[in-house]
Amino acid sequence: MCLAVPGRVVEASPGESWAVVESFGLRLQVGTQLVGEVKTGEYLMVHAGYAIEKVDLLEAGKQMRILEELLGAGPG
Amino acid sequence: MPDLVRLHNPALARKLVARVAARANLLAGRLGRRPFLMEVCGTHTAAISRSGIRSLLKETIELRSGPGCPVCVTAVQDLDAVIGLARLPGVTVATFGDLIRVPGSASSLEEERARGAGVRVIYSPTEAVDLARANPGEEVILTGVGFETTTPLVALAITKAKQRRLRNFSVLSLHKQVPPALRTLLSGPEPVADGLLLPGHVCAVTGRRVFDFIASKYGVPAVVTGFEPVDILGAVLILLDLLLRQEPVVVNGYTRVVREDGNPLARELIQACFDYDRALWRGLGPIPDSGLNLRHTYRNYDAALKFPLPTPPVRVREDCRCGDLLMGRIAPPQCPLFAHACTPVHPAGPCMVSTEGACSIYYQLERSC
Ligand code: SF4
Repeated sequence: MCLAVPGRVVEASPGESWAVVESFGLRLQVGTQLVGEVKTGEYLMVHAGYAIEKVDLLEAGKQMRILEELLGAGPG
Repeated sequence: MPDLVRLHNPALARKLVARVAARANLLAGRLGRRPFLMEVCGTHTAAISRSGIRSLLKETIELRSGPGCPVCVTAVQDLDAVIGLARLPGVTVATFGDLIRVPGSASSLEEERARGAGVRVIYSPTEAVDLARANPGEEVILTGVGFETTTPLVALAITKAKQRRLRNFSVLSLHKQVPPALRTLLSGPEPVADGLLLPGHVCAVTGRRVFDFIASKYGVPAVVTGFEPVDILGAVLILLDLLLRQEPVVVNGYTRVVREDGNPLARELIQACFDYDRALWRGLGPIPDSGLNLRHTYRNYDAALKFPLPTPPVRVREDCRCGDLLMGRIAPPQCPLFAHACTPVHPAGPCMVSTEGACSIYYQLERSC
């Protein structure tokens, strides 16, 4: 029930409390009241029709670099 | 999304598995047994089984499920209350799908629906508000089941109903909070686990910091993690290293989504709509401040006040081990009913129904083990 999936914002309307995201090839309209203003291209974690948080891509990159360094593996 | 795509990198996952196994063996040598880690969240239980991580690592680590399936920890008396509401004429109960097949004392929502009761499966809590608006002659009762991830969405539904001045919408709040349940587990007489994997999407709302007590008070390390195989393996590796260094801290391994103090907008919404109260958990019993009741300002939307029902005595199968399972004391195959008297078609307990229930997950994915 706490399943949330990442989706990329493909349509954002300033001042509105919704956005359209694309997730695994599907487009769906999600409520954005919990994350504030969103911009096209941002990633959101979507749970039961709402974005519950934004995905921080810089942090995603950092996490991967930490793991890769830990394992002595090159990126990619 | 290059860095999100890299999370699916199978080569990295393979290297992680090898490193995890080596660290686990080292730790097992010190402990004289396999390290035992608990995945608190039911969505992690599903991800760990589906990715094959549990069976890949089973010789070196025991990964066992905990109390993190909201449907499973719902007490039988609360289920009976939902079923009682569905039986009322002129009432439609709107619920997430996982709940409808869970057996109560005498029947389930699914059985009641077959007998003509109003039961609607919804994907999002706001659908219940839309349903109430479209059916003014009908009372729509939303079953508020879920942890911190779901509670703000139900709060949004309640505020929407209030803005629209709906009189035929209410919520039966059975929401629960994860930190008090972990406190109960950790303060029990038996050790719970060597380390905990914390629920990433609960933490997206609550933040990492509220879980510090796990390490500071109980000396157990914990890692907040996401749901990709690389996330989970990375978190297991961090936990093993913390255990080897005997350094109990609570680490955020899901920084792309989880902040120190969580999502302030979501937390404010929960605060605005709910008060904390004691709640009854299946398996864990009553836990202070772990439940959420609607605040006085929203009493017109409180189904428990709007439709007070008698609470008949509860009937549960004596031999159902769901309680032990939710406490992390057993794995599903240790329940004598597992795969015999309890199957997804004829479930004896909620853990065999919910998609986050360990028994249904093991039934589908772990039975060759
Ligand atoms: S096998 Fe069935 S009865 Fe046993 S613990 Fe699992 S859900 Fe409960």
